[in-house]
Amino acid sequence: MNNIQRWDHELIFQYIEPGSSVLDLGCGSGELLARLIKDKQVRGQAVETDPLRVSEAIQNGTAVYQKDLDLGLEEFNSKSFNYVVLEKTLQVLYRPMLVLEEMLRIGQVCFISFPNFSYKGVVEKFIQTGRMPVTASLPHQWHDTPNIHLFTLYDFLDWLGDYRVEVVEGIAYDGKNVRSLVLPEDGSEAEELLFVLRFDQER
Amino acid sequence: MTDPLNVCIEQHRSYDSPGSVNSVGWTRPQRVVLANENNPLHLDCGARIAPVTVEFETYGTLSSLKDNAVYILHALSGDAHAAGWDADWEKDKRPWRNKKPGWWDNMIGPGKAIDTDRYFVICANLLGSCYGTTGPWEMNTITGKPYGLDFPVVTVEDWVRLHVRLQDYLGIDKLLAVIGGSLGGQQALAWAMNYPERINAAVILAASARLGAQGLAFNAVGRQAIINDPCFRNGQYYGHEPPSEGLEVARMLGHITYLSSQSMEGKFGRSFQNGDRPCYRLDKEFTVESYLEHQGRSFVRRFDANSYLYLTRAMDYYDAAGPYGGDLTTACSSIKAKLLLIAYTSDWLYPPQSTREVAKAILANNKPVSYIEIPSNYGHDAFLLEYAQTGPMIESFLMRRD
Repeated sequence: MNNIQRWDHELIFQYIEPGSSVLDLGCGSGELLARLIKDKQVRGQAVETDPLRVSEAIQNGTAVYQKDLDLGLEEFNSKSFNYVVLEKTLQVLYRPMLVLEEMLRIGQVCFISFPNFSYKGVVEKFIQTGRMPVTASLPHQWHDTPNIHLFTLYDFLDWLGDYRVEVVEGIAYDGKNVRSLVLPEDGSEAEELLFVLRFDQER
Repeated sequence: MTDPLNVCIEQHRSYDSPGSVNSVGWTRPQRVVLANENNPLHLDCGARIAPVTVEFETYGTLSSLKDNAVYILHALSGDAHAAGWDADWEKDKRPWRNKKPGWWDNMIGPGKAIDTDRYFVICANLLGSCYGTTGPWEMNTITGKPYGLDFPVVTVEDWVRLHVRLQDYLGIDKLLAVIGGSLGGQQALAWAMNYPERINAAVILAASARLGAQGLAFNAVGRQAIINDPCFRNGQYYGHEPPSEGLEVARMLGHITYLSSQSMEGKFGRSFQNGDRPCYRLDKEFTVESYLEHQGRSFVRRFDANSYLYLTRAMDYYDAAGPYGGDLTTACSSIKAKLLLIAYTSDWLYPPQSTREVAKAILANNKPVSYIEIPSNYGHDAFLLEYAQTGPMIESFLMRRD
């Protein structure tokens, strides 16, 4: 198991209450939801745009709706899921703001994980080599990366502030350990981040 | 470059023989009377019909709990012979079954996606069709002559009502799944909506909540070809020369709608039938012409023109949201079955967008749904040809126990 690919996955799995409802956006092959359905009897729905992944996820026993997240999620009712999950997908979207807003609308609690572009390993590589950094969490070359909207921890915190989103928990992966978010250090110490968010539309 | 359509058709031809471990082997159609004068079938058009005989086949063994039954729903030109080899083809005068197994043999059988070692598989011929179930070809007990155009107009919902009678007859309270493509997919959807307690799951391939105006138009032209055939005799052609020319044209037209522009380009292009140059004549010149003619001719040998009229009409009428003022979300609110919806990118008869509308309506009811658009060049026919893609999904979907 590749640790850097799965640490957020594991935490989200632990966090989710048995018998709840979960919407997994960009589910890939659907492993998270398949496990949640099997072990925690959740009402699960996944969304994925790549038909090969959709097929795999169906074969893994999940309900998957094929759709490009950038087209929005109008077919999902407001507050219709206890949890909405977006694992390391925000940075590949053409319209990340639209998807974030949709998540807040649909879910009571949202999980969002992403690679932190201001991580020291990224910044140092960038400065030292003068080239687009290639790291464990950003493993692609500039020309074949799906990551078209890279951003930093503080970019994300700005967005949280603008939308007045409540942070239930912030968790950092510093390349070795998974631990609670520490500010301001994690601006450069965190390689990847996971946020647990809550949004009350009444506010 | 190898032409994918040809490859697929070749694969199609390498059938599992009756003795193969993956074949259900020799099959025999069964017939049962499911409506009589005391218990006629009530149709949407207001008519009651009796008697109604249904021809059906089953494969595999019904479990003692009767919880492993999968009901297959056929499309426009299909029949109850979904898998295996018909042992009665000669007796029933169905010579076309001699060299071919059932129409979904690549999906149904021991160890196949719809595994007959695991499931009890049922398939029944539709009311109005011409393969053993009551249809326009059958004697009308009131007039003493074949129904012809006196046969009542039937709908997808009528078919489901009759399927449920067969389900009752077989003593199956709840089907594990209903599965159908095209017109069969619409029956699956209608079943999920109208009898939510009677099925656990539904698989809908290359179908949607209704046929679009373009599809209605093609069906209308096909029917006109039949009706305007001089042999049609207002539907009372039984015992005479049937309206084969008209039915042939209808099938040719229909067949165009089952293919796609890409698959026709790939398979035929502009190639000439005789050599590489034109003969400057109006008779069949391009290979696509002779292909369609072949399709038409082989169809008329095995299909009844009146059945074509009635079945295409049922296809036209089906509109899942119709009784709900066009609101598909409300129409789908009764559904309890888990659903798998499969669309094919080049299908222009039931385009993916139309299948997606059903998925959206399920989601709008806060219910899980699986919806996939399989990349395929085969057009509407993909639901029969892309079994290597769809098979594994259906196989795991049937095993889901949530």
